[in-house]
Amino acid sequence: MIRLEDVRKVFHQGRPDELVAVDGVSLDISDKQVTVLRGPSGSGKTSVLALVGCMARPTSGRIHVGDREVTSLPEHFLTEVRRRTFGFVFQEFHLVRGLTALENVMLPAYPLGGSRKQLLSRAQALLERFGVGGRARERADWLSGGESQRVAIARALVNDPMVVVADEPTAHLDSKLSASFMGVVDALRSEGRTVLIASHDPIVHESEVVDRVVTLRDGRIVDEAL
Amino acid sequence: MRRLRTPPWLERQRYLLDFTLSSLGRRRGRNLALLALYALVVFMLASVLMFTQALRGEALRILEGAPDVVVQRMVAGRHDLIPGDRVEQLSRVRGVQEARGRLWGYYYDTYTQANFTFLVPDRFWGKPGEVVIGEGVARARFAQPGDPFPMQAADGSVEILEVRETIAASSALVSSDLVLLSEADFRHLFSVPRDLYTDIALTVPNGKEVPMVAAKIRGQMPDTRPITHAEIARTYEAILDWRSGLAVLVLASAVLSFGIVAWDKASGLSADERREIGILKAIGWDTTEVLAVKAWEGAVISLSAFLVGLLLAYAHVFVARAPLLAPVLKGWSVLYPDFRLTPTGSPFLVATLFLLTVVPYTVATVVPAWRAATADPDAVMRS
Repeated sequence: MIRLEDVRKVFHQGRPDELVAVDGVSLDISDKQVTVLRGPSGSGKTSVLALVGCMARPTSGRIHVGDREVTSLPEHFLTEVRRRTFGFVFQEFHLVRGLTALENVMLPAYPLGGSRKQLLSRAQALLERFGVGGRARERADWLSGGESQRVAIARALVNDPMVVVADEPTAHLDSKLSASFMGVVDALRSEGRTVLIASHDPIVHESEVVDRVVTLRDGRIVDEAL
Repeated sequence: MRRLRTPPWLERQRYLLDFTLSSLGRRRGRNLALLALYALVVFMLASVLMFTQALRGEALRILEGAPDVVVQRMVAGRHDLIPGDRVEQLSRVRGVQEARGRLWGYYYDTYTQANFTFLVPDRFWGKPGEVVIGEGVARARFAQPGDPFPMQAADGSVEILEVRETIAASSALVSSDLVLLSEADFRHLFSVPRDLYTDIALTVPNGKEVPMVAAKIRGQMPDTRPITHAEIARTYEAILDWRSGLAVLVLASAVLSFGIVAWDKASGLSADERREIGILKAIGWDTTEVLAVKAWEGAVISLSAFLVGLLLAYAHVFVARAPLLAPVLKGWSVLYPDFRLTPTGSPFLVATLFLLTVVPYTVATVVPAWRAATADPDAVMRS
């Protein structure tokens, strides 16, 4: 369970360009379920994802990941929680250019320092699973949008995280590829992973795979549908 | 049989180094240019330092055979010929084992427009009318053993001496411009009367007594100036330090401009690099891991450049005989000695170069990365 208690996130606090991105959000995200955050651009979806994924700290409020209150953790411990608990799929996929698909998938595991042989076979197996095994040695900048996304999903899973966080994962995909992505999400849920997606794409939040949709506007929760 | 497992931290460093090398490969053009420029600076700096150090060693080796004290006569502060009876007086000074009068002098050769040093050795092995010449003199005069060696004597007449042999090049830092000849020929050429010498060389077996002996001589013969071995060594050192200082000064501008280029290249992270750091942080890398990669990157470039520059400098100085530096640093007349320096390896020199080059560059790489790496990882989600 991930719990947000009255969380606020303010950018440029105290300056003329102050922006309240998240304004008093309280939310429980159940384990082994697919939760979608929806809302228009600027509604605070991405900020909530960043806070849940321990990428940023709230200005106020508390966040619990499992039994652990993570808001006050020093950076080093926060990174530890992030890399062991979460896997991220970004809107722009954010693969490192110049590296191969396989190297990109292995990248989050480097700081953990496990066996190279095992890591290689794990990364290769993930690429096979998402149908891009044949592109493993291809440079990331030569992959198509769909391939890049599947490599990004493989990368998100390489450390075997309990929670997968995806920010607008279908923004650059056509309907067929978007539907295929939801198939992947279904598989992740079947494995017992928690999935949190920020999206305003109907293919995502209307999908049968989704357990819960939370609607945000101006940094606040305005609707919750199960 | 159980296989030994690599410790995770070591495995982690291997991953980070792997990533560093692939990062360097991805920006190959930029890094190679930087490496070449960097190696060039190390090469120049190392060449000067190695060359002057080897020269100093060479000069000090030659000085080992120099007299313990040289006594010159001064007339109103100017060096003058010293009477022969002083040899006897000086040999009686307590602590002096032997005193011998020396004959030597500079000779401006109008034909080659070079200064030669004429010297009568303790035991000249040639016959009167013969000279033994340094390799610089031989080159300047195109003289071979058996060739005539015309000189203009003090009375204006031209004396034709004969070259007996040339001095081997390997012993030749200061002997390059040397002309050895018999006492009779020297006295005739320079018009030095029989009872006068250029100076007097003393042998003082106990090195600790040298300052005392010099002080005694100053007291007993106020018109003389005793010059100790240590003072001569200091003069050599000063000349070489001055010469290398001059070259280092010129090089300093090169090092400075390299510093500016390196700082600019290293500190100005490209948008691509900043994006990459953001991605690494977002997928779970810690600030320290990002910094480790950047430090490895700086260390790989600077260490490679350091080694390449050092090896090239070694080859330049000790194999190719420093063609780029010789005119500035070697010799004190127009006759540059032609000889091979003895290679010297000094940990101090390597450490100095290391501190001057590798450390600043590595710091220059890490500081800007630190600035980028301490940003919140969610920045990448907003780009």
